[in-house]
Amino acid sequence: MTLLTFRDVWVEYGDKVVLEKVDLSICEGSFVSIVGPSGAGKSTFLRLALGQEGPTRGAIDLDGRRLAAEPGPDRGVVFQKYSVFPHLSARDNVVFGLDCEGSWFRGRLSGARRREALAQADMMLAAVGLGDSGDVYPAQMSGGMQQRLAIAQALIKKPRILLLDEPFGALDPGVRLDMHELITGLWREHGLTIMMVTHDIKEAFKLGTRVLAFDKRRRDPQAPHRYGSTAVYDFPLDKPGAAGPEALAGLGS
Amino acid sequence: MRRLLNVRPNSGLRILLGVLPLVAVALVYLMASQARHAENPRDKLLPTPGAMAEAVQLMSRVDPLTGDRPLVVDTAASLKRIGVALGIATGTALVLGIGLGLLPVLRAPLGPLVAAIAVIPPIAVLPILFIVFGLGETAKIALIVIGITPVMVRDMAGQVAAIPEEQLVKAQTLGSSTWQLAVRVALPQAMPRLIDSLRLSLCPAWVYLISAEAIAADVGLGYRIFLVRRYLSMDIILPYVVWISLLAVAMDVSLRLISRRAYPWAHPVRSR
Repeated sequence: MTLLTFRDVWVEYGDKVVLEKVDLSICEGSFVSIVGPSGAGKSTFLRLALGQEGPTRGAIDLDGRRLAAEPGPDRGVVFQKYSVFPHLSARDNVVFGLDCEGSWFRGRLSGARRREALAQADMMLAAVGLGDSGDVYPAQMSGGMQQRLAIAQALIKKPRILLLDEPFGALDPGVRLDMHELITGLWREHGLTIMMVTHDIKEAFKLGTRVLAFDKRRRDPQAPHRYGSTAVYDFPLDKPGAAGPEALAGLGS
Repeated sequence: MRRLLNVRPNSGLRILLGVLPLVAVALVYLMASQARHAENPRDKLLPTPGAMAEAVQLMSRVDPLTGDRPLVVDTAASLKRIGVALGIATGTALVLGIGLGLLPVLRAPLGPLVAAIAVIPPIAVLPILFIVFGLGETAKIALIVIGITPVMVRDMAGQVAAIPEEQLVKAQTLGSSTWQLAVRVALPQAMPRLIDSLRLSLCPAWVYLISAEAIAADVGLGYRIFLVRRYLSMDIILPYVVWISLLAVAMDVSLRLISRRAYPWAHPVRSR
């Protein structure tokens, strides 16, 4: 089933064309890797899905409805860095999403509801392998632990789609392998839909069920900025998909 | 031979090294004072410690004319003025700083205004304050507030604006509203910096307080030292200056302690 649709999407900054004529649909339960050279609009494409910026032309639909041009709780995100809040402990970082939902004024639950939320957060932390680190602040964590925390923080909101912007780019090779295992496991178990931008082509093929390569289709030597990038290659990989949306319902409960 | 920047005194030696210059200054003063008194026993410029102790005793005794202890009422009046002013400035910096740092729609109209107010020398508007508010407490408090608030607001706005975009986006994907983002992300991350900014503002705040008291007041630490200046009473002025410094240091130290207690994440343990 189609979750996210890009219909003839263009992004232009002044007279510079960044993305042109992007026509894509992302299926529910798929793991889409996005690769391409620097400046090929991969991150712009992800920011479109995130709502951090809107298309100059064209339309983006999520679940058949026009996507709001600002980030929302239906789309989770993990950036390469600065994804977690430095002033909150790991547990409070994960509870943040539930706090915001349940308490509009203080932005913080209290009493029984907070205890319930904390229990849910602890399960989420355990699921990403941070079961013992609930009271630790991000500054005391390694890069890999911080990314695990950022994933747990995003998943507690049960997003329709999880967007990863070079999430493992700053990690050691060994840690990166652990993270591959973690994200594949979570994706299968919870039936997530994931879009991941990466520089590492091997990683893209290893994790993804579909690999999109962004680049310019045409080049004008006199005015290179007048042609934008688009998905020039689209490789569907023959892999078993995620478990399905019903698994998402059981997430963290 | 080790490089100079790698030589680190241990903690005992560090305290000793810190005390040494203070002792040296005191010694130089004592010697100079003694030399002057040897020549002229009625010298007023460099009073002896004994004379200063006597003056302090005199100032803390009940004055039969007014029924008050001058040192106590001066301290209370000055602390009240500076305390109220610091409170107003901090509150304003917090609200305006977070607003300006977080909301482009607020930054567009108010940013240039704050920048313009920040370059006005506060002492230059003191006559205006006296004309508008009269010679009472309001004008003195207003001078301190006008003197330190713009800098604090700009500092706070800069700090909030420097929160990485990624964090703001992340908070929104976690369902956070603008208000929740301000209260749970921007406010706590800005607080340690606000306290630092307040600590840095203590010095100008005291400058404005003493200027205002020197010009128009009937009580206050600044008023007293400018009053006794007419009689060349260095034996009162010097202890008052030391007392003002001690008050300022105490405020600074307690603010630093509050910041360390309340925001441990903002004070990572450093090796140097």
